[in-house]
Amino acid sequence: MVLCLAGVCLFCSAILALVYAVTSDPIRKASEQALAESIGRVLPEGLELSERRDENGMEYYVGTRDGVAGAYAVKASEIGFGGPLVLMVGVLPDGTVYNTSVLSHSETPGLGAKCGTDESFIGQWRGFSPDKVLKVKKDGGDVDAITASTITSRAYAKAVAKAVEAVKTLESSTGNKEGGQKNE
Amino acid sequence: MSKWSLITKGLIKDNPTFVLVLGMCPTLATTTSAMNGLEMGLATLFVLVLSNIAISLIAPVVPDKVHIPVYIVVIATFVTVLQLLMQAYVPYVYATLGLFIPLIVVNCIVLGRAEAYANRHCVLDSALDGIGIGIGFTLSLTVIGIVREILGNGSIFGCKFIPGDGILAFVMAPGAFMVLGYLMVLFNKYLKKQ
Repeated sequence: MVLCLAGVCLFCSAILALVYAVTSDPIRKASEQALAESIGRVLPEGLELSERRDENGMEYYVGTRDGVAGAYAVKASEIGFGGPLVLMVGVLPDGTVYNTSVLSHSETPGLGAKCGTDESFIGQWRGFSPDKVLKVKKDGGDVDAITASTITSRAYAKAVAKAVEAVKTLESSTGNKEGGQKNE
Repeated sequence: MSKWSLITKGLIKDNPTFVLVLGMCPTLATTTSAMNGLEMGLATLFVLVLSNIAISLIAPVVPDKVHIPVYIVVIATFVTVLQLLMQAYVPYVYATLGLFIPLIVVNCIVLGRAEAYANRHCVLDSALDGIGIGIGFTLSLTVIGIVREILGNGSIFGCKFIPGDGILAFVMAPGAFMVLGYLMVLFNKYLKKQ
């Protein structure tokens, strides 16, 4: 009895080890590709991309043009309705949102999950000016929420706000030469 | 003929969703759109066929006292294999269904077929039974998904043909119960007539 159970477990773990060994490489590649694609989507074209950097607990990538930071891709996360909502947010040095892209979410299919597909929601982030308030309209901001998914939209706006905030701190700490002047 | 009926009985007479009423968790949770239902059905089909084959092979040597743990280990192995394969080769599908794939382990259809069929039939019959029940499950999920997507979103397989939002309730959990209930009524009415 014990022998049988142990034997089955041993055999199963051997199969799992084998499959894991075969698939771990493609899985890594697929997630790297997804990351690279999302960075490509949220940054303006023609920028030279830096390696991943970590600062203030945020993961980000700098896109530079002629040695000057042209835009940042910041990975920002916030708790949504069904779990963490992870975004890649492209931010220009003056705090304008260039574009956003959803890396992963566990929102309700058909409702909150629209944050990754609904063009009228995603579209509003392109060129979202730093003068506007990064809150949903219900909370007195300028973000149009997805119908029946206020919590998701709120989390989305919060994550974008985090990214913008991170870029502002980066700009003020690193380059008073370029970004600082633009902000004045 | 008898081999053929092993497959067809899973579609109508022993339909896992509308007649046996097994595996309700993924049925209700994943059928928010036709595509999700179809993909979930295919994932379950994959696990069901493999676990039926494996269990019909090992059943004669498994002592009765530990047969449930052994079956669960076997099923969990196949589910994990499926999960790794999906992550590696169809990451887009995994992104939408990933949450529900591990739940196939506790899907009563898989364990139910192992208990009720695979452990006392030969490998071929068990495989055919898995295919039949799996296809029946896939079709049922797809039909529920189609109905919910039409009512809730005004589209089929992502092709929008009614502009606007649709009846949101049908995308959410209450809609799942309603659609399932009405489809079950229609299905059983049709069965009775025959």
